[in-house]
Amino acid sequence: MKGIEGLKAWQAAIQEQRDPDATWIAVCAGTGCLSQGAADLAAALREALIRHSLEGKVEVKETGCRGFCEQGPLIVIHPEGIFYPQLKAADAERIVSETILRKQVIEDLLYQDPVTGRRHIHEGDIPFYQKQMRLVCRLNGVIDPTHIGDYIVHGGYQAAAKALFEMEPVQIVEEIKRSGLRGRGGGGFPAGVKWESCRNAHGEPKYVICNADAGDPGAFMDRSLLEGNPHSIIEGMIIGAYAIGSHEGYVYVRNEYPLAVRNLQTAIERAEAHNLLGDNILESGFDFHLKINRGGGAFVCGESTALMASIEGRVGEPRAKYVHTVESGLWNKPTNLNNVETWANVPLVIEHGADWFSAIGTETSKGTKVFSLVGHVNNTGLVEVPMGITLREVMFDIGGGVRGGRHFKAVQTGGPSGGTIIVDTTGAARPAEDRDEHERGPALVPESLIDLPVDFESLTEAGSMMGSGGMIVMDETTCMVDVARYFLNFLTEESCGKCTPCREGIRNMLAILERICDGRGQEGDIDLLQEMSDTVADTSLCALGGTAPNPVLSTIRYFRPEYEAHIRDRRCPAGVCTALIEYSINATKCTGCHACFKACPTDAISGEVKAAHVISTAKCVKCGSCLDVCKFDAVVKQ
Amino acid sequence: MDIATLDKLCDRYAHERGAIVELLQTIQTEEHYLPRDALERVSANLDIPLSQLYGLATFYRAFSLKPVGKHQVLCCTGTACHVRGAKRVVDHFRRVLGIEIGETTEDGLFSLHTVNCLGACAVAPVAVIDGVCHGEMTAANVEKLVRQYRSRSGE
Ligand SMILES: Cc1cc2nc3c(=O)[nH]c(=O)nc-3n(C[C@H](O)[C@H](O)[C@H](O)COP(=O)(O)O)c2cc1C
Ligand code: FES
Repeated sequence: MKGIEGLKAWQAAIQEQRDPDATWIAVCAGTGCLSQGAADLAAALREALIRHSLEGKVEVKETGCRGFCEQGPLIVIHPEGIFYPQLKAADAERIVSETILRKQVIEDLLYQDPVTGRRHIHEGDIPFYQKQMRLVCRLNGVIDPTHIGDYIVHGGYQAAAKALFEMEPVQIVEEIKRSGLRGRGGGGFPAGVKWESCRNAHGEPKYVICNADAGDPGAFMDRSLLEGNPHSIIEGMIIGAYAIGSHEGYVYVRNEYPLAVRNLQTAIERAEAHNLLGDNILESGFDFHLKINRGGGAFVCGESTALMASIEGRVGEPRAKYVHTVESGLWNKPTNLNNVETWANVPLVIEHGADWFSAIGTETSKGTKVFSLVGHVNNTGLVEVPMGITLREVMFDIGGGVRGGRHFKAVQTGGPSGGTIIVDTTGAARPAEDRDEHERGPALVPESLIDLPVDFESLTEAGSMMGSGGMIVMDETTCMVDVARYFLNFLTEESCGKCTPCREGIRNMLAILERICDGRGQEGDIDLLQEMSDTVADTSLCALGGTAPNPVLSTIRYFRPEYEAHIRDRRCPAGVCTALIEYSINATKCTGCHACFKACPTDAISGEVKAAHVISTAKCVKCGSCLDVCKFDAVVKQ
Repeated sequence: MDIATLDKLCDRYAHERGAIVELLQTIQTEEHYLPRDALERVSANLDIPLSQLYGLATFYRAFSLKPVGKHQVLCCTGTACHVRGAKRVVDHFRRVLGIEIGETTEDGLFSLHTVNCLGACAVAPVAVIDGVCHGEMTAANVEKLVRQYRSRSGE
């Protein structure tokens, strides 16, 4: 196959074969839907089609994540675009006999807006999707990631062909710079500037790397992109490699994400088979080889220098950053590393141009950002929004507000050490990539800041950060001291141990937080935490330690009274810290239904049916099972 | 994994730079842990000090030096799962199985581990058993699942 013409001819041939009016079913097979039974649903649909002699006529396609995980498993029936959420395998028969065969919409399977009670037929009419701008994720629910033809038919690899045949490498770098595309891995460093530094660096060969470590707990956007549309990442990397002058690339992805590894492997093989990867791509004379490196699952390996050490087969310890990786990275050669989502944006910029891209977003933050909206929010899932949208819009309009009618308390962005903001007003002056780490850090946004626009600068100014894309909503039942303790516990385990401030400092801060949560906090603990925070932040080798104190500092800053309640009153206002709470049963409310008796895992509850029950504090392990099952509000947590 | 397969594996990776982590990944995937004799063989074949292999094996979370149970329970304790009560799910597994995190039941049927995110945060809290993901876990679910897997093994 040669050039753009070759690709277009292939695209046309596939289009020819496909009837645009044909009926087909897209079954979301993202991890969220799979955990809710999507595989069984797909199988049931196929069986139903066979029963109605429709096999071969109606295709069932397993696609990547559509984002609305809360409502899984879900399907869309094309070409009409009928959206059915929360299905069970048992619904397959009706779907085939009524919607597929008789073109009837099944009213009770449609999505119902919990606020208005209205039912919606199309995804686009649902509030969850209305304020989104799905560009990077646009094909996620449409293509089968294991079929390259699906990507080709949507214009796949044409941006790469345009770059290879119609643009000079420097022109591409300029275009990316002009677009204002900034790194999506947390650093927010201008991608074009990084590319330029690497392009200009001396040394051969040069490497390009895709950081798909996706180690931030609670953030699964990178993984979803890799699973749902791996070709877009490959295409972005071809363009970047050509611009930089690299012929060898790596995708560093965790072995724990088997579907991502598998789909990417398949995509690479298909691309190679069609001369879209390897030697002489599309007969352009440009060679680019791409390999997968299966990471061993260590949070610190998401850090650029640790990641490179890991690819080299060593223990993933970061190094000091006075030597920049764009000059001396993998095997001491110039190396350009970008995040999954950053790479996935590249074909869009090249296809539509820098002006189109920079028209989206705000002054300094261009394009869209994918967030994993999770925690105590009604519509959990993956959302892609234009930069500059407010947190309120994301959480309430798209997310549908806090679950169970509770009160919003905080939203955590940036992961345990994620979330970086870089304000680069001076432009290209400093070498790429290497400053980002110092300003990384998670932060909690309290309710008072809910109208903040979501872009790099606004969040930084407010003392928060955008981060890599995790957005964890917390309601009033979340204890902020416990959240700080949680993050430090995570970071203690994930610290590589190379430098002392991080290894010992975080551990000792954790010990203080643990004693506060246990009701053994001392006057002065808050000051001590703040003091230690400064030391750990200033003296750690990499950003893992450098930003580790952030969850502590931001919770103290916004939720100090909660710390004081733990220390002075031995009380956990949110009722989370088990040492500080006790369960009991309100005898006047208890109907003696026996539900808690059956639910209690430690036989701590006694009482006859129809008589008030009692909890034995000695046996109670404070698991909360009784509270969950009580329908009469009789279980009291204090 | 028998010695011949292991040797072949070593040959395959011998000429590839930095492939040692990949090699260990392959052994881990096959055996579900890194047996000492396999590490010794790799060390001899590729002329890499055993200490270096142990360094890697203990650094990366993906590797285990102890054999695991027939059914592997992975509880997510990532942030999204944590705020939705992951600790209670883990505690319940510990109680029901009678083991601590990282241990295997005496009958060799179950082992229990925690992980930091399974990518299904939207349906938190999440647990994966033998690669199958279970969302919106509750204490009641825990017992049901354990019972199911027990009976599946004919115990
Ligand atoms: C402890 C730590 C963990 C990180 N984890 C990730 C990660 O999982 N994925 C990622 O893309 N970047 C991660 N980063 C940021 C990378 O070091 C790097 O800045 C980023 O991948 C650069 O790509 P970008 O410019 O396209 O954002 C991490 C940084 C640190 C300090
Ligand atoms: S935090 Fe548990 S699956 Fe992501």
